[in-house]
Amino acid sequence: MNQLIRIELFKIFKKVRSYIGFIAIAILVPVIQIALYIEGEHILDFLTQNLKQNFFFVGNFLNGYLIAFIVLGSLMVHIPFLITLVTGDLLAGEATAGTYRMLLTRPVSRTKIITAKFIAGNLYTHAIVLWLAVFSMGLGVIIFGTGELILIADNITIFAKDDIIWRFALAYGYGALSMSVVASLSFMFSSLVENSIGPIISTMAIIIVFIIISSINVTFFENLKPYLFTTYMQRWRDFFQDPLDTGVIIKSGLILLGHIIAFFSAALFIFKKKDILS
Amino acid sequence: MEQEKIIEVKNLTKKFKDLTAVNKLDLNVYRGDVFGFLGPNGAGKSTTIRMLLSLISPTSGEIKIFGKNILTDRNDILRRIGAIVEKPDFYGYLSAYDNLEIFGRLSGCNPSKSLIMETLELVGLQKRYKSKVKTFSHGMKQRLGIAQALLHDPELIVLDEPTTGLDPQGMKDIRELIFHLSNDRKKTIFLSSHILYEVELVANRMIIIDKGTTVVEGKVEDLLNSAELKVTLEADDAARAAAIITKEFPSIKIESVTATKVLFNSGKDTIPLINRALIINGVNVSSLVPVRSLEEYFLQLTDKVAK
Repeated sequence: MNQLIRIELFKIFKKVRSYIGFIAIAILVPVIQIALYIEGEHILDFLTQNLKQNFFFVGNFLNGYLIAFIVLGSLMVHIPFLITLVTGDLLAGEATAGTYRMLLTRPVSRTKIITAKFIAGNLYTHAIVLWLAVFSMGLGVIIFGTGELILIADNITIFAKDDIIWRFALAYGYGALSMSVVASLSFMFSSLVENSIGPIISTMAIIIVFIIISSINVTFFENLKPYLFTTYMQRWRDFFQDPLDTGVIIKSGLILLGHIIAFFSAALFIFKKKDILS
Repeated sequence: MEQEKIIEVKNLTKKFKDLTAVNKLDLNVYRGDVFGFLGPNGAGKSTTIRMLLSLISPTSGEIKIFGKNILTDRNDILRRIGAIVEKPDFYGYLSAYDNLEIFGRLSGCNPSKSLIMETLELVGLQKRYKSKVKTFSHGMKQRLGIAQALLHDPELIVLDEPTTGLDPQGMKDIRELIFHLSNDRKKTIFLSSHILYEVELVANRMIIIDKGTTVVEGKVEDLLNSAELKVTLEADDAARAAAIITKEFPSIKIESVTATKVLFNSGKDTIPLINRALIINGVNVSSLVPVRSLEEYFLQLTDKVAK
């Protein structure tokens, strides 16, 4: 199995399209950071102007951690597209290229082949999230320095310097799990068709529709939210609550894991039954 | 002693909804055979090959290769087979070397660099081993396809239309390679083709299928000897020659007559008798050329089936 995974990773990283995600992040993150470098103090002053009437703010609040938090929130919606470019192509791409015939006439079971592809696709997904983490936080800290993390939502939470890194580590880990759901969904679609455009568009369409439904505050849609996996993908923010609601986080993580297993099982079932006619 | 059966297909059927692509097909390939698998486009050749290689599952029937069932012993069987199914498609963004290394590893042989280079040399691609496959011509891809089929030294080689799209030199090269694999390396070869002349030249046994069903199966030589030949007669007085043939051999049908040529169908054994009759009757025969074409044979057989 290790050899199969290595072969799949080799194939992924030899394709130009696999670097689009890394390049996009390498361009977008600095652009956001430069914008915040220019406008950030002004925005932060605006957000905290009422608070400043009653409190003294001492320290560097526009720091690398706040920037990383903002970047993570902004890009988590867009990262799925970069991931599906590769994961939607894992099976359909073989059909398009005609290499299914070469691949599936080898003495390796279809279960092993699809499992190796699935694992390789998820490793790629996690590499993208890791790249986002390193790039957004690393560059953020270099440009803006470190400091406390101030988050303003329903209430104000300020995290001490030494209470931040582990929260980011878990948030990125949870983000990687969320992106694995996206990867698994596009992988399942990829097992159904013979052109990778279909899985990419279908996956993004589902994510966009679910996110739109989630953002409309109507009772009917509110009732649907628990059944949409995108609802649980946003739970990475829960790691920036004090105290942590571990029960909710674990439940959300398990629901995402359940989706991954379900999507992979469906892909496996389809792929094992599939007649290779391409 | 009975020869060892390498491929044994019994009552094989594949249906796609309302279409029956392969219908109760039986065939046997023995060790050492160069087995020609013939049929017109849409006859069910590729579907059969895909079932042999477990790319698609049969609707009913049984496939045994090396005495094992393809449905239950798939990996054991495929380890001993090298195949090209239709046109050989590779990962275009990888080099010829990388492609061979990947498919070699997947075949369980972990090929060394020297083995890969030797195999590339066998098909004449050693100088392009670093080139990406997307820069290859169709003929080069075909040769690379053969290389990947041979890399893990299989006992059985399945070649599905291996000369399609090749120039005459490429076709000759493939033919010579098949001779080499069969005679020197003692491989069993299952050769599907619609270029019937090609099978006639290299195969010792063959099957012709049409509409998914066997039309005829046996030794190429026996089948051809029993077939009618298309004969071209060249003589000083073709019209008189045609009249003599019609009179002396009423069963022979004259197809066409020109000033110097007569075209007719005849059994192999009748040709010397025709020659003698013409000479006795004073016709000067310049040439009497039987065309022993598998194509003609194939058309005769499929025409009979159609009727």
